[in-house]
Amino acid sequence: MALKKDYEDIPGTLVFDADRGREGYHLNQFCISLRLQRNRDAFNADEGAYLDRYPMTAEQRKAVVDRDWNRLLELGGNIYYTSKLGANDGITFQQLAGLMTGMGNEAYRKMMVDGGRSPEGNRYQHEWDEKGEN
Amino acid sequence: MARITAGVGCSHVPAIGVAMDLGKTDEPYWAPCFAGFEKSREWIKEARPDVIVLVYNDHCTVFDASFIPTFALGCAAEFAPADEGWGPRPVPVVRNHQVMASHIAQSLILDEFDITIMNEMEVDHGLTVPLSLMFGNLGVDDEWPCLVIPLCVNVVQYPAPTGNRCYNLGKAVRRAVESFDEDLDVVIFGTGGMSHQLQYKRAGLINAEWDIQFMDRLTSDPVGLSQTPHVEYLREAGSEGVELVMWHIMRGALDDEVEEVHRHYHVPASNTAVGHIILANRRDLGASR
Ligand SMILES: [Fe+2]
Repeated sequence: MALKKDYEDIPGTLVFDADRGREGYHLNQFCISLRLQRNRDAFNADEGAYLDRYPMTAEQRKAVVDRDWNRLLELGGNIYYTSKLGANDGITFQQLAGLMTGMGNEAYRKMMVDGGRSPEGNRYQHEWDEKGEN
Repeated sequence: MARITAGVGCSHVPAIGVAMDLGKTDEPYWAPCFAGFEKSREWIKEARPDVIVLVYNDHCTVFDASFIPTFALGCAAEFAPADEGWGPRPVPVVRNHQVMASHIAQSLILDEFDITIMNEMEVDHGLTVPLSLMFGNLGVDDEWPCLVIPLCVNVVQYPAPTGNRCYNLGKAVRRAVESFDEDLDVVIFGTGGMSHQLQYKRAGLINAEWDIQFMDRLTSDPVGLSQTPHVEYLREAGSEGVELVMWHIMRGALDDEVEEVHRHYHVPASNTAVGHIILANRRDLGASR
């Protein structure tokens, strides 16, 4: 019997479970390699050659090249890994959140200073469906 | 014999470390966050623990995706601050009580907690930020005032260990500490949280009401609290809020009867609600060393 994924109806959330961990393995291993300066240097000198070392899918590779932060997560990336790519680009966790939410840096930062995103209306996918968000 | 006298719950937001390292703690954005730790620094000076058992998680820094231990105990002589992509934090190297750590490892495994033993390890913000918050600004040439035994928990790849498992691990840590012969005062830290979501379209979720009930129940209903299902953390406290399972290890290591010595709650530090609590065993309160 399959394990029940009772967390899949949380809107705007990708829980990094064993399935995502499997799908994202090479993508995440690429990302974590960037925590070391010598690897950041090699990547920044020639992104394509560096990416060749990691057997990720063409879609994953494109999402890296495009810095498509949400797509990276949809393809099995985890935020703690993708944040290493962000750090390489000089982008902080909070700036990444501004990008992933589509809010932009200023509006996102203001939301946080004002107490963050309320759980009201943000617990279940059907709440987002009714609001027309996805 | 060694004994656990108190527990500290504490967020370990990386931006807090950055703010301290760059001298921004007096800025209006950060001042209220740090103000809540002034009393804690006084308290820990007074408590003078010999050893801290520090429960935290690595954030895909030292543990990459190639191996994901659910529980791992730091048994190396020392642990250097790791480069997380921005250069290592300029804080002291963390020194272990290596004899005690290997004793705890052996005791835990015989107690049926099959932990991974780490004989070489660097440590990321998950470990160094709580130390900085509790001990203040210390540079690379300084020393942390006490020895630290790191206990790492996987909370990155779902599922993290259950709250129940963590609570019971805390009890096993206590048994391990109490069966160590040296006369030592030990404080246990549970770190991470509180509500936060760093990823995808719902990033920025904060649930102060839920966080406050979590802190309340550490004293009033710790066993019930440890039964909280994972999906509740994910839904109510954000996908990264599940880090709070680590606080149950801290709580499980204390007496059933504890007193809340101090509490602090502040939103935001970057993307995260900062929560901090100090719990002391009731029977130890007022007892002098
Ligand atoms: Fe964390």
